[in-house]
Parts: sequence; structure tokens; C-alpha cells
Amino acid sequence: MEIKSPEFKQSARIALQDANLQKALGNLKAGFPGKRAAAVARMPEFDALRDQARDLKNHILENLDLYLEEFEARVVENGGQVHWCRTSDDARQTILQICREQNAKTVTKGKSMVTEEINLNEYLEEHGVQPVETDLGEYILQLRGDHPSHIIAPAIHLNLEDVSEAFHEHHNRPKSDDPAVLMAEAREMLRKQFVAADVGITGANFLVAETGSTLIVTNEGNGDLTQTLPKTHIVVSSIEKVVPTLEDMSLFLRLLARSATGQEFTVYNTLSSGNRRPDDQDGPENFHVVLVDNGRSDMVGTQLQDMLRCIRCSACMNHCPVYGAVGGHSYGWVYPGPMGSVLTPQMIGIEKAGLLPNASTFCGKCEEVCPVRIPLPKLMRHWREKEFEKHLSPKAVRWGLGGWAFFATRPGLYRLFSAGASTFMRLLGGKKGKISKLPLAAGWTDHRDMPTPTGKTFMQQWQARQKQEQQP
Amino acid sequence: MSDTQTSPIKVGLFVTCLADMFRPEVAFATVKLLEQAGCSVEVPSAQTCCGQPAFNSGDNHSSRKIARQTIEAFEGYRYVVGPSGSCIGMLHHYPELFTDDDPWKARAEDLSSRAFEITSFLVDELKFSGIHSNFKGKITYHDSCSGLRELGIKQQPRQLLGEIDGVELNEMQEAETCCGFGGTFCVKYPDISNRMVSNKTGFAADSGADTLVGGDLGCLLNMAGKLKREGREMQVRHVVELLADMANTPAIGDADYDLGQEL
Repeated sequence: MEIKSPEFKQSARIALQDANLQKALGNLKAGFPGKRAAAVARMPEFDALRDQARDLKNHILENLDLYLEEFEARVVENGGQVHWCRTSDDARQTILQICREQNAKTVTKGKSMVTEEINLNEYLEEHGVQPVETDLGEYILQLRGDHPSHIIAPAIHLNLEDVSEAFHEHHNRPKSDDPAVLMAEAREMLRKQFVAADVGITGANFLVAETGSTLIVTNEGNGDLTQTLPKTHIVVSSIEKVVPTLEDMSLFLRLLARSATGQEFTVYNTLSSGNRRPDDQDGPENFHVVLVDNGRSDMVGTQLQDMLRCIRCSACMNHCPVYGAVGGHSYGWVYPGPMGSVLTPQMIGIEKAGLLPNASTFCGKCEEVCPVRIPLPKLMRHWREKEFEKHLSPKAVRWGLGGWAFFATRPGLYRLFSAGASTFMRLLGGKKGKISKLPLAAGWTDHRDMPTPTGKTFMQQWQARQKQEQQP
Repeated sequence: MSDTQTSPIKVGLFVTCLADMFRPEVAFATVKLLEQAGCSVEVPSAQTCCGQPAFNSGDNHSSRKIARQTIEAFEGYRYVVGPSGSCIGMLHHYPELFTDDDPWKARAEDLSSRAFEITSFLVDELKFSGIHSNFKGKITYHDSCSGLRELGIKQQPRQLLGEIDGVELNEMQEAETCCGFGGTFCVKYPDISNRMVSNKTGFAADSGADTLVGGDLGCLLNMAGKLKREGREMQVRHVVELLADMANTPAIGDADYDLGQEL
């Protein structure tokens, strides 16, 4: 996927003017936050579970190597294979190799953000293997040559008309705007693909160390067909998804659906524990788990380790006023919203992703709703520090900040400066009490007036008052 | 509070740079409220800004300098109180700026334990309930993010406003959603900030209130500036102006100031 994060500001501007997108974002805002709040209200122990989940994730991350090795040992006992991939490229090559061993022509895919991260679809296509997305949202995007704009609702930026248009064009059917008809159409098209696929690729929400199982949650059941029908099932997962036990997994499941969609539980929770046993009625003959690192192990032991607690619920973006204004595509890569603003700089470099951790007012809503209590504003600030240390911040920002810091660290001069600035603004404002165009602050006055200071600075007035009081 | 009879509580006022420059009335109202609550207020002259612009821009070197300056300026005060959740929230961030073996860390923690936003100070720390205000009007309250989420300020200003007979509080939709100010955010991402503040002024106007009240001048200047640009009639005021019965001056952005008289 092409990296467009450096164009964040332009993309955001276009997104703000895109009436269709704004309508779709309105649906998101009217949906998820309210449903989450209701689900949380129905569960008095929710906050206690969040603390437990945070602590458990911290424990896992402290012992990540041990749990991953335990997971691998169990997968092998179950007859599967685990592939350790340091980079996206390692992961893509490994997956292609498995597909080639199976002479695979088509692979069905369950929704997986990690496969977006490693740019798998494009790679497979280039090498003669046709991936078919089976999650309805992802399927729509694939027809349109589009990418997800949200980590659990990939096509949230589209409206019904867009789907209707895409289906009409690709399915050769009369145009319909009835969701049920469209759904049936997608189901019919996908049914053939499920049966024809040589390999099924899914992501994983959790990897269970004690059983060597992988788990995916879906609301459509497409994941089940993807992983049980083809001869080969490949699970692509990042390394931080491992949990010690099934019981631990259930703790996260209680938080995940509620935080994500406000459901008590996702409709399908499907565990895969190796390949088909002799008595099994179905299941793949070959079971592979591709573990993707892609910069994550470098986060362990740093301030960014907290980010690895993320269970990909999307609550942070669902509640983010910036995401809600500009949508996921503006962020210009795979992971949008607050969690993406922390992860993306790690994966594509702060040089390209610097605008993302800056695109936050630090309002803190994301941290407030995060089920594993990731301090997202603090981690975005971490990237701003890196950016500043590397002298990557725009010159105007550095100079402005430098000049301001010069005065702010010299109280006497600061008094003079603020008194001067106050007088200057009052001169500009005249009798109106507001300034409609302020030099060097066009970002402010393009959109709103600048209220003028109401008189001399407080410090000036206070000192004058003190003097008066001291006079006999 | 038992010692208020004997000796007043010594409070250092953290003026905040926005109150200092844009709306001194807010700082004076804060002083008035503190004195009503039995405090003796001083204004340390070595204070400037809390350092948030540097901190949020990743410039920890400047932030540390400003933090040390502020810590020194407020040494010896029982409390440090300011009319802003955002700036006081920044004072609470100071300990993060120093390593564990740095002696400034303990001093930063000490400052942060003494630093309070005005409404939370009056309600949570002093259990004060002696508001006397003749303000009359329908208001709506914007919860500023830092105060709300870093300091837990939600019910305190409402409780104090509830003591004013003439106040009718009409809560707006999404009172807790960010107004789009975000310090440097509003000039770095003006288009996004504009959308956020437009949503906010819309909700505020829809509430049916005639005055928009909040506890942070950054947000208030932002929202007042937008309301003015939109040509809306709504007035904007800092909560301390109402509480201290000092809401008879022009509202934010309504100043009818004649510089000629001063010069």
C-alpha cells in the first residue's frame, strides 16, 4: 500500500469537503460510541476488567519470548508449523512459498489488518496468486480497488450507494439498493470462491500459548469458511497477540466486543488448533502460523511497549474527534486514528509519519475508552519528542517555539513581551474587541476571530494595584 | 478548614499566560474567590507560562527549564491555584520530565501535589460553598479536556454554579467533546480544528443557552472567536467570572475597549 501519510494535511482538507465521506462518518459517530457506552453501562465490572487486562498484557509483554515459544511448541504438537518473520518481506515470501507448495491459484482471506500491513494482496497478485477477500467490507473494497479506512469496519467510509454501484458494475446484476439483496449477492459470489480456494488466510485476534490455538472473531462467519474449507490454512498474526491460556483469552474477549461494537460478544469466535485429525469431519490438511514482527520487538522495553497491549478494538478511533472529522484514509497508511498515530511512525518511520502524532489535541478521549488503558496521548507525545530531537519538526514551529521559550524562561522579559503583545493586539482590534486577521496566526483567523485582550496584562494591573495598596 | 480562623491559607496564584494577556478579569475573579474562601493570595512574579507548548511539541529541554522556574517560583506556598485545568494539568506532568535520580523530580512531585484548578480547589480541597453571585442567565457548560480527563473536573463547576440562583444550566450535546483548540493544534491543523469548533458552537447554540461557560481560556477564546465569526449572539465567559459575580464586563470577544484612553 502506497504511503500517503506525508500528505495528511491535504488529504484531511479534501476529506472535510467530501460530503459522501462526511455522511458515512456521521453514521460511524452515531453508531459505535453510543453502543459501547450502553454495553459498558450494563457491565459494572468493566473498569476492573480493564485493569486486569492491562496488567495481564504487561505480564505477557515482559515474557513475550516464553509465551511465543510455548505457543510454537503446542502448534507443532498439533501438527502445524510456525514461521517467524522479522520483516514484512519475510512474511510475504513465506506465505507465497506455502501457496506455491500447494500450487494455489486462489486464496480466500478473512479480514486481517496484518496482511494489509505487509501488503500481502498486491504481492500475491504480482506472483500469480489471486487473493479473494471474504469479509463483506473487505470484499467491497477489493472490488473497488480500495483500502480499509478503519480496523474493524474497513468500508465505513462508504455509503450504501457506493456498494450498490460497485456490485452492479462487478456482479453483472440489476442495480439494487436493498441491503438484503446486496448481501445475498455477495454471499452467492463468495460461496463459489470459498469452495474453489486452495488456501485460506486469516488473521488472529489471539494466539493461545497453552493450546497452540489461534482465535478469530467475526460477525459474518466468513472466517470459518475461509479456514475450514481449503486444504491449507495460513494464520497471519503479529507477535503481541499471544495470551497464556484460554481463560486469559476470555478476559480479552469480554472487553473486545464491548469496546468495539458494543456487542456483548462477537457472533463467531472461532478457534483453530492445528490441522484436521483423522476423526475430524472438516478442517485443513496443513496448518501454518506466520508470526510477523515488523518492528514490534523493537518496541519491547521502550516507552512504546504500552502500545503492544492493543487488542485492535477500534474504540480509540471511534471516539476520536480528529478521526471523526477526516476519516481513516487521511492518515495515509494501514492503521488510522490514535492507535495508528502511534504505530505508523514505528513501522514507516517518523520521517514520513510525523504529521500523524501531531494531529491530536491530546483531548484524551482515546485513552479514556481504551480497554487496555494505553496512554495514547503520551505515546503520541513520545513521537513528537523523537521528531523534535531529530530536528524534523517544521522550521516555523522550531523557530516559533525557540523564540517563545526564550521569553518564557526569562520572567522579566516575558512581562515586557506580553505587555507589548497585548497592546499590539488591542491596537489591531480597535473598538471591535476582536481581530479578524492576525499576522502569523492565519491558521486561527482564517476560520475564527481573535478576541482582543481586554486591557493591560494582569501582571501590569496587579503590580499597579499592589503599589496603590502599599501607599499610605 | 479549621485553621482558616487563625491564619489564612497561603495560595500562590498561577495566573496562566492566557488570562494574563487576554483576560485579566479571569485572574482577578480567581483571586476574589480564593479570598472569599479564606485564602491569602500572592502572585509570584517569576512565573510565566506552564510550558505546555514546549511539552506538547516534544521540546523537553525547554519544558524542563520552565518547570524548574515554576517549581522555584511557587516554593513555600501551601497551594498553587490557577483558572485552567489545562495549565494545572501541565504542572501535574512536571514529574515526568525528570529522571528518578534527579532531585528536581521530588520537587516536581511536591508542586504537583499542591497544584489545583480553581473550581476543584474550592470544592474538593476547601469544601467551599459560599458563592454569592447576582448573575442571571441560561448557560451551557463546555468541559475542557485536560481538566475533565486529567484532573477529573466535571461536577465541581456545576456544583458551584448551582449555588447561583439566577443560573439555569442547559447541558449541550457532546459537552465533553474537544472544541478543537488543542494549543498549537489549532494553527497546525486549522481545517480540522475549524470543523471541531464548528461542531461545538453548533451544539452550544442548540442548547438554548445564551452564555457558553467553561474553565479554560484556550477553549473559550477558540469558541468565542468562532461564535463571533459565525455571527451568533451567544456570550462566552470563564466560569470564575460568574462565580465571583464579575460577569458584568463585556464577554469574551465583546470587549468595547478604547486603547486611545490608555495611551
